[in-house]
Amino acid sequence: MLLLPAAAIAWEHVLAGTPENSPNFRATDHWWGMLLDITKCIGCGSCVRACQNENHVPDDYFRTWVERYVIRDWGFEHIMVDSPDGGKNGFPPPSDNTGKSFFVPKLCNHCADSPCTQVCPVGATFHTPDGVVLVDQTYCVGCRYCIQACPYGCRYFHPTKHVADKCTLCYHRITKGLTTACCEVCPTGARQLADLKDPADPVHEFLKTHSVQVLKPHLATGAKAFYNGLDGSVR
Amino acid sequence: MIAFKNAEHLIRLAAAFAIAFVLFLIVRGFLVPKSFGEYGHYRGDALQEIMAQPISYAGHETCEGCHNDIFDVKKAGRHARVACESCHGPLQKHAEDPATVKPQLPTVATLCVRCHESNHSKPMDFPQVHSADHSSGLACNTCHQPHSPRIEEKGKK
Repeated sequence: MLLLPAAAIAWEHVLAGTPENSPNFRATDHWWGMLLDITKCIGCGSCVRACQNENHVPDDYFRTWVERYVIRDWGFEHIMVDSPDGGKNGFPPPSDNTGKSFFVPKLCNHCADSPCTQVCPVGATFHTPDGVVLVDQTYCVGCRYCIQACPYGCRYFHPTKHVADKCTLCYHRITKGLTTACCEVCPTGARQLADLKDPADPVHEFLKTHSVQVLKPHLATGAKAFYNGLDGSVR
Repeated sequence: MIAFKNAEHLIRLAAAFAIAFVLFLIVRGFLVPKSFGEYGHYRGDALQEIMAQPISYAGHETCEGCHNDIFDVKKAGRHARVACESCHGPLQKHAEDPATVKPQLPTVATLCVRCHESNHSKPMDFPQVHSADHSSGLACNTCHQPHSPRIEEKGKK
């Protein structure tokens, strides 16, 4: 029992015949993800600013950011991607109006089988029972292994706390019944918080009727950031 | 009985191992946080700590509780689905203490163009203008009301 605390706690509940402690929010009733509609994103950067306000993200670091893709005519091997200051202050118009151009908002994909969680040597990064990947910053030793492991580049090393930091999917908000800060301020509805365990959530109908894709599906990370209208050139 | 002739050193070794193991368990008991393993291979209390962080954005439903006059105007217009704090900024502090914390009015000159400045990268169906030659320098809210921005033409609805 000393060696396996998880078993010890489970055994206590078995002996007492009680369920595990659950306050008014039941994590197991939810399975969080996000729906991102590229056809609606206008690159205003509201989400990036809101995230920095809500989560006190240091300047020049991003939990969410917006990328702009420019693909000229048939130049699919020479894609131009820019993200000035994470798209925080919007984007200047592209140098000319030829070709295809669009915005891609990015954030932690909150993978169900996340590589970052697998590599953490101390159990400082973890999945919550409702499918959010979080960092226990009091437990993180700052080895940066998770930052290397994330195939989406969604983690950064906090410059003053010296621990790994990332999107929490505004866990302090969604557990209070609010939406995330980025979804709250998105003026076009390009970002929407999705609860995949809630049958009434419109995400189910949307996923059924639209061409939705996740980033890097070949990595089988179980990513839960669903992109509508995702161009094949997006990495 | 040859096998047990020199058994004493084996017992000493076994005792040393046993003591080391007990010491390991005691030290481990002190070092591993109580809630570690509550939900998985991590400190369970971390969940509660992250949940307890304060919020900055109150959410549009909180705003609508008091400002229902603006909400009525807004829901009929083109900005119906733009949340209050999208333009007005994070206002949880104002929601907690409306008397002392007064929100600042956003600057129209920089606010509207943030979304509506023409840009080839934006979706075609999104309303965009070249601000420099759209209004000849007039502020946007000379003609457009931000809460219901469409200008109704006479005779048309």
